[in-house]
Amino acid sequence: MQITVNVNGTEYSRVVEPRLLLIHFIRDELRLTGSHWGCDTSNCGACVLWLDDTPVKSCTVLAAMADGRRVRTVEGLERDGELDPVQQGFARCHGLQCGFCTPGMMLTARWLLDHNPDPSEEEIRAAISGQICRCTGYENIVRAVRWAAKHDAGAERSAPGDRGDPGPTGEVA
Amino acid sequence: MQVPAYVEYEKASSLEHALTLLARFGPEARVLAGGHSLIPMMKLRLVQPETLVDINGLTDLAYVAVTDGELRIGAMTRHAQLLESEAAGQRFAILHDAERVIADPIVRLWGTVGGSLCQADPSEDLSAAFAALKATMVIQSLAGPRTVPARDFHTGPYETVVRPGEIMTEIKIPIVAGGGSAYQKVGRRVGDWPVGAAGAAIWLDRDSGVIADAGIGLTAVGAEHFSSAAAEAFLRGKPATPESFKRAGEIAAEHCRPVSDQRGPADYKRHLASELTARALSRALDRARIASPGTAGT
Repeated sequence: MQITVNVNGTEYSRVVEPRLLLIHFIRDELRLTGSHWGCDTSNCGACVLWLDDTPVKSCTVLAAMADGRRVRTVEGLERDGELDPVQQGFARCHGLQCGFCTPGMMLTARWLLDHNPDPSEEEIRAAISGQICRCTGYENIVRAVRWAAKHDAGAERSAPGDRGDPGPTGEVA
Repeated sequence: MQVPAYVEYEKASSLEHALTLLARFGPEARVLAGGHSLIPMMKLRLVQPETLVDINGLTDLAYVAVTDGELRIGAMTRHAQLLESEAAGQRFAILHDAERVIADPIVRLWGTVGGSLCQADPSEDLSAAFAALKATMVIQSLAGPRTVPARDFHTGPYETVVRPGEIMTEIKIPIVAGGGSAYQKVGRRVGDWPVGAAGAAIWLDRDSGVIADAGIGLTAVGAEHFSSAAAEAFLRGKPATPESFKRAGEIAAEHCRPVSDQRGPADYKRHLASELTARALSRALDRARIASPGTAGT
């Protein structure tokens, strides 16, 4: 069957088998390999991307279900060459080590901040509770999302060259 | 790599279109809602439909509404939507209790209420919640709608009364004054299926404060119809006390047929059925008293 999916603002039409999973469509058909394919059982969250305006575990969604919809992947987080505050937060607060869970974590974080601009640590931990990180113990992921919350909303984005180092808590003043 | 077997796919544009497609493709067609139960089952080859009828476009089936003394939940309502619904949470706190512990926040954004019920997993949470609330399911076919009590909806593990050519479209819950409800679940980890879980709804008599009626829902513990009619019968007319709730829990557990599996031994699950029933009743009573302070009873 032919499907047309708008991925990060670009329309892609492909002929696919109806059984093709969305994560494989994104990675193998479109070669957008930022999204990761992990547990295959909708437990780990490495494959989280946005379907329309909602994060989904794309190993449990058929590519056919995305026909006529919008998809946003980690490649679609940056704006005009500038990393999203969530991406900056992960970089500055060491929100990743191996990086496997990172694209899914960042897309969930972006969605969380869009709906709750000033989340508590507890709310951040709840939001990512369906996603597994085996490196960080989640501490630095929480810090990264808090950093993004502080630096969100465009105007507060720090200019290039104005990149403070993380303090003892991993947060940037 | 887990991939479903070859399958045909049809996207429904309306309820009537979906019903027409189901009628055309017959008993080997399956309705695809959120897919968060069906697609994993297809990956494991536990289910191998010939055709999927995708109803994600039927957004008019995604609603939580109050009309004519009933709370009505559309089958395509996503779990997160039910969890956010004040109309549901204010009247039936059990639904928010249960939704908070179903899967994880991302799965809840796409998984649907109707899909969970029609999957009919014997450990499914909402099946117990709706059994406790004495809900009714609306099932549509091209011939028109029919209704089935929640307690008659399941015919066995992964089996329901929904026939080929039909779609479950709505859950209706009667709103009765003087009520409170709660859900208690024990799981091995966040997001997992329950080892055991119990839901309770309680309605107090306005004058005497005794229990006018009660609903007990149980899941994962082998309770017939996800409920305990015997415990409910015991509670009617009894004072709303810890002693009554403890005994109701014991009766509920006596009627369960749990099986030992990787989540725990049968006797532990039976213990959970008893204890969680009593706890859910106690919490439901607290809420009934907050909702209707005039009916506080003893």
